Amino acid sequence: MSIAPPEFDVMSRGPDTGARSEDYLWTLNFGPQHPATHTTLRLVLKLEGERVVDAMPEMGYLHSGFEKIGEHLTFNQYVTVTDRMNYISPIANNVAWHHAVEALLGLELTSRCKYIRTIVAELARISDHLLSNGAVGLDTGAFTFFLYAFYQREVIYDIFETLCGARFTNSYTRVGGVSQDFTPLVIEKIRAFLKTVPKTLDDMERLLTRNRIFVDRTKGVGVLTKEEAINRSATGPVARASGVTRDLRKDEPYLAYGDLDFKVACASAGDCYARYLVRMQEMRESLRIVQQALENLPGGPVNVGIDQRTALPTKKQVYSSIEGTISHFELSMANRGFEVPFEESYAAIEAPNGELGFYIVGDGDDTAYRARCRPPSVLHFALFPFLIRGHTLSDVVAVLGSLNIIAAELDR
Amino acid sequence: MPHTPPAVDDVVAALAERFGAVEPSVYRGQTRVVIPAEVAFEAFEVLKNQGFDLLVDVTCVDYLDYKGAKHRYGLVYLLANTATNQRLTVRVFADDPDPTVASIVPLWEGANWLEREVWDLFGIRFEGHPDLRRLVMPDEFTAHPLRKDYPLQGRGERHNFPVITRDHS
Repeated sequence: MSIAPPEFDVMSRGPDTGARSEDYLWTLNFGPQHPATHTTLRLVLKLEGERVVDAMPEMGYLHSGFEKIGEHLTFNQYVTVTDRMNYISPIANNVAWHHAVEALLGLELTSRCKYIRTIVAELARISDHLLSNGAVGLDTGAFTFFLYAFYQREVIYDIFETLCGARFTNSYTRVGGVSQDFTPLVIEKIRAFLKTVPKTLDDMERLLTRNRIFVDRTKGVGVLTKEEAINRSATGPVARASGVTRDLRKDEPYLAYGDLDFKVACASAGDCYARYLVRMQEMRESLRIVQQALENLPGGPVNVGIDQRTALPTKKQVYSSIEGTISHFELSMANRGFEVPFEESYAAIEAPNGELGFYIVGDGDDTAYRARCRPPSVLHFALFPFLIRGHTLSDVVAVLGSLNIIAAELDR
Repeated sequence: MPHTPPAVDDVVAALAERFGAVEPSVYRGQTRVVIPAEVAFEAFEVLKNQGFDLLVDVTCVDYLDYKGAKHRYGLVYLLANTATNQRLTVRVFADDPDPTVASIVPLWEGANWLEREVWDLFGIRFEGHPDLRRLVMPDEFTAHPLRKDYPLQGRGERHNFPVITRDHS
């Protein structure tokens, strides 16, 4: 159900006061500080009564020059900045950044590392979708639903804390590996999580999927057709809810995704409700991926070998071999580091929000000459005026929530 | 190593036939072509008709003092074909004093904000863009901060920002 923008007819407003039809419009400033924007972004809405005639999104309130900083920090230091991009699934950004760095260097990871990165990236996807679907529920009046989702996010935070010591800003990956290997306790916690979360997802679906109020608020609202989704560069769940089947995990299998059995969740309606359903289904598929990867976790070293000269050697290697000592020394000194070709490349992963890629230009040393981030949020926020035209003011929060715009990633 | 996308030789050949030498190169399985700025829009039209329906990204690199660089600004257009999963990187170069390229918003609506961001941070003018305003920096800002001659600490532009007091807001 798509509602066309209203026609302005002065005569229908009673006696002619000489006012032009545009004079009956009023402007509403939505944000930058508003509970329903969740983050710092601003919308200037042009309204005709309660109907949105046009929306002018404005961004940049959180711009902190991440790409400029990327030209001054080494590949391993910059991972701390990527944490702060999409901060509701930071570990997925870490994986994306070092995936791109390793593509530039031509580095082949160990199979254990590939599986570990796959597991943490999928846990990040679950935690991202829990929050974004939870927020859609919250904004449309389902507070209980949000709390169910947030409880499981806490469990994922606990897993990450056990894994690398940080709950929120994980900075987990390194060039050629990860900062910490999986311990038995981590595996035990992930197994326990896998057991409890399907029940939570069932509860969430029972609360909202056939809830009359929620369905009325989201079905037919903010419809994006398949052609428009591709033309406007939408990716991830937003595009898949519109019938685009593109998923980099299937189409360009990276890490361990080629070995694992999972389905790509798609819908064809393209409205807020379809985006909600796609995210719910993607969480279930992510659980299957985590389950398979965890049960088939290969042994062996987690980082690439000393001969690659990129990942720090273990303490045992440092103290018992000359290669280990040299490698440790070279990687720790400020004026050493590893060599990077005078080349440029782009590599992307399927982040929870869509295609998250980095275009990196190398100039010999281990600091990028240019570190461009391709943020899915920017392209999704650009969709917003197109999706909201003709809908009512109360639909603004539903559409905004279903696009899952993270301002820190938006502005970088 | 990332996945190697399917080959795009036929597309590169079609481009070369129409626009002369497009300097195709391959690095880590990614094919890149260079298109002269004057014919960039026509070339993108050809590419869109060849099936590259998804514009993944538009960005820019400032090659000031970069080893072996012939031009200062190198724009990067990342294209993808959603049916065949082919990928192609298109480079268009521009130079001072007035770096200008044709806008591709008429072909891909997704280019709108991406081109605005490049204009904001690099000062590349996109001819034919419907709404070329700054995207992330404030409107009063005068510099283009991702250029290589712009210092990391800034040049003190923020000192000139108007101070709004409670009485005048």
